[in-house]
Amino acid sequence: MIKMDNEYDVIVVGAGPAGSAVAEKCALGGLKVLLLEKRQEIGSPKRCAEGISVSTEKMFGDLPEKCVAKRINGCIIYAPNKKNVVIEYGEHGGYVVERKILDKWLATRASIAGAHVRAKTEVTDVIKEQGFVKGVKAESGGERFEIRTKLLVAADGMESFVARKAGMETTNQLVNVDSGFQYEMASLKLKDPDKIEIFMGSEVAPRGYVWIFPKGNNTANVGIGIAMAEKPAKNYLDKFIEDNPDIFGDAGILEVNSGGIPVGGFLKNMVDNGLVVVGDAAHQVNPIHGGGLKEASMAGKIAGEIIIRAVKNGDVSKKALSEYNQVWWKERGHALERVQKLREVVEKLNDDELNMLAENLSGKEIIEFTRGKKLLNLGKLLIKKPRLMKLAKKLF
Amino acid sequence: MWEIDRKKCLRCGACVGVCPKLALELKESGINHDEKLCIECGLCKRICPMGAIKVEEGM
Repeated sequence: MIKMDNEYDVIVVGAGPAGSAVAEKCALGGLKVLLLEKRQEIGSPKRCAEGISVSTEKMFGDLPEKCVAKRINGCIIYAPNKKNVVIEYGEHGGYVVERKILDKWLATRASIAGAHVRAKTEVTDVIKEQGFVKGVKAESGGERFEIRTKLLVAADGMESFVARKAGMETTNQLVNVDSGFQYEMASLKLKDPDKIEIFMGSEVAPRGYVWIFPKGNNTANVGIGIAMAEKPAKNYLDKFIEDNPDIFGDAGILEVNSGGIPVGGFLKNMVDNGLVVVGDAAHQVNPIHGGGLKEASMAGKIAGEIIIRAVKNGDVSKKALSEYNQVWWKERGHALERVQKLREVVEKLNDDELNMLAENLSGKEIIEFTRGKKLLNLGKLLIKKPRLMKLAKKLF
Repeated sequence: MWEIDRKKCLRCGACVGVCPKLALELKESGINHDEKLCIECGLCKRICPMGAIKVEEGM
């Protein structure tokens, strides 16, 4: 095995976009960083529909062409009655990325910055002394060892196992998690291969939606995210595919993915003595569409800056690190909490009410809503229906 | 009684993230279940996208 040192300034558990962002930032800041990934390959298997907007792409900074599977110029949203709303993003609207390549590129950047990166190295326990996290127990290729650190970053995805092992309460409440299932498919007959498609309705996807995110050459990620449903997510997606032979008649399956998607329940506190939680592990996901790439990247950078200062000052106490809570909540948390309210309203709408929204909303308005903006306009629309008066007030 | 169908399981870890007792762990080799910690609440079964988990009382 390639040797690791026995002691680091920062150990990051999980080499997804959040973990790699923190690792890169801290290494650039002059800290000695170890980035651990339990999987044998960083970025695979994906738990992601791989769609990002231009604003997210900018955050990654010169995203290499090899990370992009397909450029996207818009989105088609289908209401339960099949009536659709088309949202035009414009020429440079969005991307469907290739996570296998993107994640490796992000980890490569962390490595270039000076972080030690180790795949297939599993953290099995957290070492705590006098109330402070002091290291981890890890395992790689059957070999067990302990590594010491001044600070531990839990970026281990929605399982959030590391933070909870360290004693923090980050368990996802069932009501705030979507059950996700996805096929990457080939030989699809797509309505518009330059647009993503979203299908809503209580039959198709209870409290959620089906998505088609094109990846070029008639391939796409075809997935579903649902919550509190009677049957497993896979059953609903299989039914959708069966019911739409015009799209899927000749389709092949290239890959099968699943995962839990945190869609709310933001944590007031994401730090402890010698511990910081980022990304899906801290539920940092947009609650209406379930995308986490942008949030992971932003939170990783925020956390990185505060960690550098804390380690250099020799104070990694919960109090010193709590600046991360404040900055994240100011920059992201409050906006995302408004989006969570939006989700909580939309998920209570029946099919007729969703159809009514499709009649009355423009694509532009819908985009604003997903960013937590102009929710008042939606509230005004819903409050006209007596049944929704109380619900709509959530948006005021 | 807690059971997982390992042929169905995609090792995605959704069950781990909702387990209130930390009785589940996603290892490289698959899901680990600690029956001493498990309270058979069934949340893992309800989130599993594959329907791979069975939880039955008093089996």
